[in-house]
Amino acid sequence: MITFSKDKLDQVAEIISHYPEGKQKSALLPVLHIAQNEFGGWLDVPVMDYVASLLKLEPIEVYEVASFYSMYNLKPVGKHVFEVCQTGPCMLNGSDDIIDYIKQKLNIGVGETTTDGLFTLKTVECLGACGYAPMMQLGKTYREHLTKEKVDAIVEECTQISLTP
Amino acid sequence: MQRMSKKLLLKNANVPGIRQYDVYRREGGYVGVEKALKMQPEAIVEEVKKSGLRGRGGAGFPTGMKWSFLAKPEGVPRYLVCNADESEPGTFKDRYLMEFIPHLLIEGMIIASYALGSNNSYIYIRGEYDWVADILQEAIAEAKQNGWLGKNIQGSGFDCEMYVQRGAGAYICGEETALLESLEGKRGNPRIKPPFPAIKGLWGCPTVVNNVETIAAVVPIINEGGEAYAQIGVGKSTGTKLISACGNINKPGVYEIDMTISVEEFIYSDEYCGGIPNGKRLKACIPGGSSVPILPANLLLTTAKGEKRMMNYESLSDGGFASGSMMGSGGFIVLDEDQCIVRHTYTLARFYRHESCGQCSPCREGTGWMEKILLNIEKGKGKISDIDLLWDIQRKIEGNTICPLGDAAAWPVAAAIRHFRDEFEWHVNNPDKCLTENYGLRHYADAIHVPA
Repeated sequence: MITFSKDKLDQVAEIISHYPEGKQKSALLPVLHIAQNEFGGWLDVPVMDYVASLLKLEPIEVYEVASFYSMYNLKPVGKHVFEVCQTGPCMLNGSDDIIDYIKQKLNIGVGETTTDGLFTLKTVECLGACGYAPMMQLGKTYREHLTKEKVDAIVEECTQISLTP
Repeated sequence: MQRMSKKLLLKNANVPGIRQYDVYRREGGYVGVEKALKMQPEAIVEEVKKSGLRGRGGAGFPTGMKWSFLAKPEGVPRYLVCNADESEPGTFKDRYLMEFIPHLLIEGMIIASYALGSNNSYIYIRGEYDWVADILQEAIAEAKQNGWLGKNIQGSGFDCEMYVQRGAGAYICGEETALLESLEGKRGNPRIKPPFPAIKGLWGCPTVVNNVETIAAVVPIINEGGEAYAQIGVGKSTGTKLISACGNINKPGVYEIDMTISVEEFIYSDEYCGGIPNGKRLKACIPGGSSVPILPANLLLTTAKGEKRMMNYESLSDGGFASGSMMGSGGFIVLDEDQCIVRHTYTLARFYRHESCGQCSPCREGTGWMEKILLNIEKGKGKISDIDLLWDIQRKIEGNTICPLGDAAAWPVAAAIRHFRDEFEWHVNNPDKCLTENYGLRHYADAIHVPA
């Protein structure tokens, strides 16, 4: 049975309090962010159904939102998701080479996950870091001014995190 | 009346600890709120009108006028929503402002909320700026602890709560009605206007949506007065503007300019971009975010009339789309002589295809077609007729969609063909060479003949 911890339920109640009476649907995007974090980095159908029940919505209202926004994953992803920007300003500063390097290093294509389930590579469109290009999003953080050496260090860092129990 | 200093928004951005309330307050923060709460709300709207402030998100609509359109029916709540969904390629100025001097936005939000009568105000921030949302939340908590938010602020009788809401990855939510849809927990599909948000906005109530930089600019306007603000700049380009500079330049970053400097100075002066790396020459530039027309070096630095082009609304758009561009969001993208216009335009077309919400067929279908054709040309698989087809498609998107995303997708393609058609043709005529070589600078920096 899918359910949030007490702590997360309190957080959901706090978010709902931001809106007028009866407008709890407004909490959908923030609550989907919480759900994705809590339940393995992606939104499985039962998870979305749970969110729908929490916010008193029809499941379809949740599915249509989850499928619209690029930050929600509708398929399982690796433990560390590399989201590399490839739009104009990043391209001018060599993002294509960075993407190729990551593909080669992790031996996966764009949209794929390594067989050990550690890494997923995604290409994304402009993340608002054009002055610090090339860059990628990794979890909550931006990794900017990427070079091959920096990619090596990031892969190493993520591998270490996964090794520590 | 004293002429104000050139930096209004970022002047304290480098003060150590300015992110914290105590330091911000010590540096004169929240004095604007104190002053505003002693004024009538209408008087604040008047000051903003006098300032000539124009929306800093990209459209450049006069802010005071937008505020004065807000309907005020009895017993219906009104809302202020800050648009922090910054997603226009080349634009990262709002992030800088929120990350380094968050209280400036909070202060502006409180003043604007008071002026508009919004008791619950929202900052809608793009989902990827996760850590910036945390910074804003901390700033709001600090402001509340110190009596600048909550009930009966500073004994004025005005109540205001402020909330940060994260989006989840959708450029279209920077369009104000899509943003409101998203804030209501829906897909970011833009609404048909009218009714405008000023009449029917968030949850059907009168709403003002303003960009981060616009709201922050209200603070110096209240502190110094609208007239003093209007003294800065030139013509209808009043005050200061944040420019986020990127691409092939030595010093990418966010710069506050007073709109009296030339484009050439902005690119080459050490105070700003510091020139182009590795001694390369300037080929082209998109001066106001990916949606605005790209210009070749010659038309960028000099207008078709032969005048020096300046970094302000009027001068950047001088010549219309035939030979000018736009200030837009201030996302300044520089391309050096080794960059390929076809490839760059392709990445932008891919961006717009990815970000189209899919409601209007010209945009939904057209952006995909443009992306595919551009990729073909880039890969040496294009035909000469493809260039005309591209032109035809962009013409059929522009003006035929509910929201401006269609125009924003059409303009970069149109401008690239308008000014760089020979580079497109070179790709078609040299299908092998174009895979290993670039067209280069060619004549794009040559002086343009100006008829006497």
